[in-house]
Amino acid sequence: MSEQINRLAAGGRIDRTRPLDFSFNGRALQGYQGDTLASALLANDVHLVGRSFKYHRPRGIATAGPEEPSGLVQLGVGARTEPNIRATQVELHEGLSAASQNCWPSVDFDIGALNGLASPLLPSGFYYKTFMWPPAFWNRVYERVIRKAAGLGKAPIEPDPDRYEHRHAHCDVLVVGAGPAGLMAALAAGRSGARVILADQLPELGGCLLDEADEHPLAEWRSDALGELALADEVRLLPRTMAFAYYDHNYLALLERVTDHMSAGAPSHPRQRLWKVRAKQVVLATGAIERPLTFSGNDRPGVMLASAGRTYLNRFGVRPGRKVVLFTTNDSIYATALDLNAAGAEVVVVDARDGPGGALALRAATAGIRRIEGSAVVATKGNKRVRAVDVGRLSAAADRIDGATTSIDCDLVLMSGGWNPTIHLHSQSRGRPIYDPERAMFLPGAPAQNERSASACAGVLPLEDALRSGAEAGCGAAAAAGFEADMPDVPELDRDDEAPARVLWQVPSAKPDVESKRFVDFQNDVTAADIKLALREGYSSVEHVKRYTTTGMGTDQGKTSNVIALGIVSETTGQSIAELGVTTFRPPYTPVTFGALVGQNRGKLFDPVRKTPMHVWHEANGAVFEDVGQWKRPRFYPEPGEDMASAVDREVRATRTSIGMLDASTLGKIDLQGPDVAEFLNRIYTNAWSKLAIGRCRYGLMLGEDGMVFDDGVTARLGENHCLMSTTSGGAARVLAWLEEWLQTEWPDLKVFATSVTEQWATVSLSGPRTRGLVDELVEGVDLDPEAFPHMSVRDAQVGDVAARLFRISFTGEMGYEIQIPADYGLALWERCIELGERYDLTPFGTEAMHVLRAEKGYIITGQDTDGTATPADLGMDWIVSKKKGDFVGKRSLARADMQRDDRKQLVGLLSKDPEALLEEGAQIVADPNQTVPMTMIGHVTSSYRSPELGRTVALAMLKRGRELIGQTVYVPMIDRTLAVTVTETVFIDQEGARLHA
Amino acid sequence: MLLVTCPWCGEREETEFHCGGEAHIVRPPTPSALSDDEWADYLFMRKNPKGVHLERWRHDAGCGRWFNAARDTVSDRFLAIYKMGEACPDLPGQGGQSGEGEG
Repeated sequence: MSEQINRLAAGGRIDRTRPLDFSFNGRALQGYQGDTLASALLANDVHLVGRSFKYHRPRGIATAGPEEPSGLVQLGVGARTEPNIRATQVELHEGLSAASQNCWPSVDFDIGALNGLASPLLPSGFYYKTFMWPPAFWNRVYERVIRKAAGLGKAPIEPDPDRYEHRHAHCDVLVVGAGPAGLMAALAAGRSGARVILADQLPELGGCLLDEADEHPLAEWRSDALGELALADEVRLLPRTMAFAYYDHNYLALLERVTDHMSAGAPSHPRQRLWKVRAKQVVLATGAIERPLTFSGNDRPGVMLASAGRTYLNRFGVRPGRKVVLFTTNDSIYATALDLNAAGAEVVVVDARDGPGGALALRAATAGIRRIEGSAVVATKGNKRVRAVDVGRLSAAADRIDGATTSIDCDLVLMSGGWNPTIHLHSQSRGRPIYDPERAMFLPGAPAQNERSASACAGVLPLEDALRSGAEAGCGAAAAAGFEADMPDVPELDRDDEAPARVLWQVPSAKPDVESKRFVDFQNDVTAADIKLALREGYSSVEHVKRYTTTGMGTDQGKTSNVIALGIVSETTGQSIAELGVTTFRPPYTPVTFGALVGQNRGKLFDPVRKTPMHVWHEANGAVFEDVGQWKRPRFYPEPGEDMASAVDREVRATRTSIGMLDASTLGKIDLQGPDVAEFLNRIYTNAWSKLAIGRCRYGLMLGEDGMVFDDGVTARLGENHCLMSTTSGGAARVLAWLEEWLQTEWPDLKVFATSVTEQWATVSLSGPRTRGLVDELVEGVDLDPEAFPHMSVRDAQVGDVAARLFRISFTGEMGYEIQIPADYGLALWERCIELGERYDLTPFGTEAMHVLRAEKGYIITGQDTDGTATPADLGMDWIVSKKKGDFVGKRSLARADMQRDDRKQLVGLLSKDPEALLEEGAQIVADPNQTVPMTMIGHVTSSYRSPELGRTVALAMLKRGRELIGQTVYVPMIDRTLAVTVTETVFIDQEGARLHA
Repeated sequence: MLLVTCPWCGEREETEFHCGGEAHIVRPPTPSALSDDEWADYLFMRKNPKGVHLERWRHDAGCGRWFNAARDTVSDRFLAIYKMGEACPDLPGQGGQSGEGEG
């Protein structure tokens, strides 16, 4: 068992009675309950965590929070492995297993480090200038190598075994961040009776209060506040919950890590929960993130943010080093210096400012802490761990080092370049950030939504002011939500005055820019030199600098680098940061698992499944289903030994020789009632409807206003003011919406009600020469004589004692009937037909056979033979466009010049010269098979099948000048060969249509 | 996720609705009298303002009714919601926006 040599004997909020075993890179280590993976590694003096993205430089833990750019690990194994996890955000649990990323064979000895030697060849944007020659190498060499080298971690290759939930919540006040300001805001709002949600990313609430030494004056205040909030009925506390997105109209997304911190999970809980919160008012108390400093070698393991040093010390009881150099431009570092000194470390403070500093700096001096004024850490030494720094005097303009540098041995460097208020959520909500040059920070500007920022994220940094700021925000939010809120008592704290900070975007280096390795974006290996290179190459806007250098584009989204990059651009170009502006803030604030976003909407629950009343019969009888929209429709019913081709063959033959039966329940049915129904149909179909007699049906073609066919179907006249429209299965909802749009927005004067009745009626479709006999046995109350009941008619009928409708209608070209019955009786009707059908060799057939049957007759399927660019004339259906009727939807567009062109694509049939050759649907058609690529394409194959009756393949196609080309030969190039085909009429069998009218 | 106020059902999430684009476009009474260009204008040309946009919405997953809305395309704030067939009311800070009564 290794020793936690950096763990202090006492102190911190970890539970020393509960040690935890974990492994890192296969090495067994120990930590305590309450540790993060980062704090446990540091306790064991493990500083080398991974290798950087491009140069494979050794990297360690740089922060203590979600802003971590370098300490990324591959967490877990197998189906639960996850790449790019910030060690600072992982709650340690028993048996945790983590590994370094982006290194081979190991993080200690990584072949990829050779990249570092090649670094002058690999500046920002190098890939825009390389890998182009020779062209053949791209596929064979470059792409393969790059794919392997790209990325940091490894994605899991097995399905995610965990369960994720979504939860919706509404509240009066959402408080993001439970530091001192957030707790105060929640208290103020909670006491007013408002419904409050308080969310914080950490397992314990308190924010920066958790980084204070135990005897802090606010410790008791914090516990009292938590106690009160826990008991308040209308306050919901959400620890371990990161608000990662701020969307429109105060809609925020929060990610709650429910069981990530547990070893085995708990089967009754989801792994994570996505909260979708609609809040009347939002209080952002998201704090501030410290800035690094840009000096040579600032990326070495052992170099971290000063506040992180304090967090590890006071929150986790870990002293990450014994000889500590602290480098700062502001006073906030001195609290850390004092705490480290008290914990027994040798501490040296390098302050970039001249002068004695503020109150804490004086206290540090009194404690005997060595302080070097007006100086900077210019470079670090060490390879896999910092072992010394060079310190030199900064010139007044900070553009060079005056005099020689001195070397100071150390094993930990803590840096503070200032603070960035965490304005990400404010900016996502479209509030503009405003730059304050005095304090060198971006502050939240006027809110665009019902939100307000408090405390550090609003630029209010001193703790004594944070509480008041939070209280005011909480009261203001509650009041804006309609509740009376009183200002709570704000504890008084001693105020430590501070000396002004110094702005230092770059620390000068003795080496030339290109070699100085002053990192700005640690994760994407972007240096100060890279930013200046982008500017020299002409990328002057910040959006371009970002994309060209990739600064701020990693999983940390530039939390520690964006503002520094802006500072460097500003210094180099002379434009102020305010003029430069910022790049757009986009959610998520930190990475979110796909699982959390998907929730339960996966697998069977991804999309609703619609089944007909006859579904159980289809399943029981071996149907192979296909998806038509959300419907499950039988595609074919294979008998033992059959494949699709042979099953379809049998089903088509049976339909043409005796009876085929299809479940047609999925086709859309729209009930239309009202005195103006006929007029309405006249306007939305191309043909005339006023004279359609009661009891007759008519086929209708529906055009968009652009004249293109978008749906078709048969509409029946059931009564004086009553019609039943049918649509394609997939188009039902679209057509109903179309009808409603016209009725509500353009013709509100028409008296028509449209109601979807697709699911209310089941439909059995019977086709074939022997159908009349079966229908006669099945149905009562209808005279089936062809004179009395011709093709395209409808009658009320009885099946047993159930009222139904009988249509004489066909989509197969055979004599056909449809029985429509209330849906609850659908299965019984189907089974009755099977029973009666035994004498008639009745054969159930599916959608595949249906496709063949209708194609043999040249009947179109909208959406397959049409694609939104075909007019009735293109389809050879000019006959359905009434020349006498008044205006209808699409009529004007049919008269457009483009519609009169003689080279439009027209529907034709195709017969391949080789009768067995099956054309591929979607294949292109060309006139000359020998032309050079790219060929001139003159059309495409829309439908293609084998016809049992003809004993050969047939196809339909849309072909330029198609009707003119009938009889001629064209060519269809396919993947492996080119087929010669003859252009024909679209009807392949029973051209006279005798069977329909039998 | 916008919060849209259906005049009949009240506040609902954006996913329950379908946005039908620019409002107050009346179908020409005599399409045959229009040139191809004028007809194309009616079919395809739509305003794309940076600012107040009068548009039509349908509460697809709810009552199924169409209504009109004045929305600021920059801030996504809804300035007014009014029924199909009505004219746009006076908008806060704008003065009246005239939309045609029909359609």
